[in-house]
Amino acid sequence: MDQTEATNRNDTLMDIVKVTLRFGGVKALSDVSFNIQRGEIRAIIGPNGAGKSSMLNVINGFYTPQEGEIWFEGKLRPRLKPHQIAYQRIARTFQNIALFEGMTVLDNMMTGRMIYMKSGLLSQLAWWGKAEREETENRLIVEKIIDFLEIQAIRKTPVGMLPYGLQKRVELGRALAAEPMLLLLDEPMAGMNNEEKEDMCRFILDVNEELGTTIALIEHDMGVVMDLADRVVVIDHGEKIADGQPDEVRNDQNVIDAYLGVSH
Amino acid sequence: MFYREVGEFKTSYPQDSESFGIRLDKYGYYLVLFVAFALVPFMINDYWASAVLVPFLVWAIASLGLNILTGHCGQISLGTGGFMAVGAYSCYKLMTSFPDLNIIFCIILSGLITAGVGILFGIPSLRIKGFYLAVATLASQFFLVWLFNRVPWFYNYSASGQISTPERSVFGILVTGPNVQPWAQYMICLLFAFGLAWGCRNLTRGSLGRKWMATRDMDIAAEIIGVNLLQAKLSAFAISSFYIGIAGALFFSVYLGAVDATEAFGINQSFLVLFMIIIGGLGSILGSFIGAAFMVLFPVLLKNILVGWWEWDAALATHLEFISVGFLIIVFLIFEPHGLAQLWRLLKQKLRLWPYPH
Repeated sequence: MDQTEATNRNDTLMDIVKVTLRFGGVKALSDVSFNIQRGEIRAIIGPNGAGKSSMLNVINGFYTPQEGEIWFEGKLRPRLKPHQIAYQRIARTFQNIALFEGMTVLDNMMTGRMIYMKSGLLSQLAWWGKAEREETENRLIVEKIIDFLEIQAIRKTPVGMLPYGLQKRVELGRALAAEPMLLLLDEPMAGMNNEEKEDMCRFILDVNEELGTTIALIEHDMGVVMDLADRVVVIDHGEKIADGQPDEVRNDQNVIDAYLGVSH
Repeated sequence: MFYREVGEFKTSYPQDSESFGIRLDKYGYYLVLFVAFALVPFMINDYWASAVLVPFLVWAIASLGLNILTGHCGQISLGTGGFMAVGAYSCYKLMTSFPDLNIIFCIILSGLITAGVGILFGIPSLRIKGFYLAVATLASQFFLVWLFNRVPWFYNYSASGQISTPERSVFGILVTGPNVQPWAQYMICLLFAFGLAWGCRNLTRGSLGRKWMATRDMDIAAEIIGVNLLQAKLSAFAISSFYIGIAGALFFSVYLGAVDATEAFGINQSFLVLFMIIIGGLGSILGSFIGAAFMVLFPVLLKNILVGWWEWDAALATHLEFISVGFLIIVFLIFEPHGLAQLWRLLKQKLRLWPYPH
């Protein structure tokens, strides 16, 4: 028993314990607990307004919950600002694309490398020494991700000019550029056609398998969730109603009720 | 037909991220530098220096500064005149308090002092955005000018309330004061403008520049990616004010020689610089120069044509100038919101395909 407990602790990347988040009188999340294991794809699902995005915002520090603890890599996470949490290598994409529209694809992805770039003001001013070296080193990593996502041709295009599907892909690239331990995807497939969805699924699986990145994702397309996810947590009205393998969750009575509604 | 990337092979990332990627661009850049540094100083006369080239360079530095803050970091500022005044008065105090200190250091130190003041007035930007920030920076404009008029220490208790520059030289060549040679005036401004433009290019293509642009385009996403918004905004205020302070110091010491805070650094100057970057192009270094050239040269040109050739009344010509500048600003805002620099970019884009556009 002790033995399994210990290995469990080791395998757990993030442990969310009894998180409660309130906005004034509204309870967005109440007493939600679940964990994310290293190397898995963890899906968070639920009807609209259930609190899924709030959960993601809590994980990357955009909201601070009133109660509850978040353990990351076996350590209790203190209260941090969102930009500090980025340095713990948690990256995310957004439900509505949040790219930097005035910048090129390359610059957007280089911004994702921000947390690794430390050259001083004078070095940058003269473009000499550390600044230039750092730029080239990080460019190399970004170029690998560009190859991986097959977006070589649009490298120097301003992102505002790209179609929606590609923008989503660039946003994934920007998050990957941070070489995250934990990648949060907020509806990566929203608004895409089938072909684009298939591409995106392939990229998510490749990220997970080839780069070994742990992924937590929110998605409404149940087919996609059931195929991709290793484990699924279901949230409704801010409360966790089910947690487990896709098959278990699919047949859970609470989940069916939440999605289809029950007669009162 | 010659303007294209074909036949140029980049074999490393530093090569690929060069500022002037296409050969013709690079030659054009060297040509401009050659003309500016090697030809103009020998041909310049007093009229060209004081009416055209020196004000153009000084305003170009100020636009570079405001463009860092507004064009790259997205923070609107109407305090440019006030910050120029800080640069001018610090330069005056440094020149009179330390007569042995080289004028170059005086000017750079004035820039640093202005950077400090800029940080102070940039603190509200952490809480307020857009028009509200513009109004907050207006406070700095009025407060600073008021301060320099009210506290006699700043103008060394002179009876007129004006400050006037003592004579100073660099390597034995006089650069300030009434007896300065036009070419010396021009060269010192050119050196500062070139150095600062080069620094601006380096800053904006590196990680700090990307922090600023990320803050401008989507501040929430920037923060989640790891940009410390406080640091990004304040560094933009500091560096922008550094540039504007140097512009103010040059404006006072090299260009005008004697200034009065209310006249030289009023709210009009803040708007002038803002128009320069809007007409030239937000977030573009070339745009800062084009905008400054436009706003400085256009009135001179109009005056020469109307008064010089057609012999109109000077007052009438001035009024016509106001009307046409205002009209042109409206035209630009409607037809080319990205400024003249964007027209230049479009032209280059067309040239790459010319003469076979299909």
